[in-house]
Amino acid sequence: MFEIVNHRIDVERLLAAVGRPQAGAIVTFVGTTRNHNAGRPVVRLEYEAYPEMALREMHRIGEQVLERFGATAVAMAHRIGVVEIGEASVVIAVSAAHRSAAFEACRFAIDRLKEIVPIWKKEHYEGGEVWIGPQQGGSEATALNA
Amino acid sequence: MAVTLRFFAALRERAGASLVTRDLPSPMTVGDLWECLRRERPALGDYSGPVRFAVNQEYVDKETPLQDNDEVAFIPPVSGG
Repeated sequence: MFEIVNHRIDVERLLAAVGRPQAGAIVTFVGTTRNHNAGRPVVRLEYEAYPEMALREMHRIGEQVLERFGATAVAMAHRIGVVEIGEASVVIAVSAAHRSAAFEACRFAIDRLKEIVPIWKKEHYEGGEVWIGPQQGGSEATALNA
Repeated sequence: MAVTLRFFAALRERAGASLVTRDLPSPMTVGDLWECLRRERPALGDYSGPVRFAVNQEYVDKETPLQDNDEVAFIPPVSGG
């Protein structure tokens, strides 16, 4: 199950989507809005997506997770629009027979999502806002994310 | 040759549009089109950050030739999650 939503992510639904009788482990990653970044307080985050392509890339990561780690199922949901401090922007759930594969697969999935999926966050801080990611040149330091 | 252009995030703000349809007079590559857009829209021309291209929702390099009805997306550095 792969979704882009504009409301609060229902984690229980994702867990239900990956549960399998043959799975002994479900590992869930929840990314939440942090109240600070690059040494400044963050007021909120706002996400934008290229939804058709983002879903394709999420599906692709899901397939890689199943093949590479032997996971039994994967589900991902990413929220767009405003995500307030403490709220979830992304949830990834992976089930596997054993916990080792589930942990590794989930780690891979979020790392890969952050590299490739066409979704962007705009950080609103006191006195301004900025799109996260290098905006000037390839070698300038960027705001560090979770 | 008709193409659809999609802009996102910082590039959407600079282009002043998220979706544009366009007739291209002659064959060109994605990179050529990007350079053309940068000349036409100064706010894009001023952008010095990285950009990736996608055609029909697949990442491509700038040498990729465009075809009729392609959807071309201009993708600044992603920051999902």
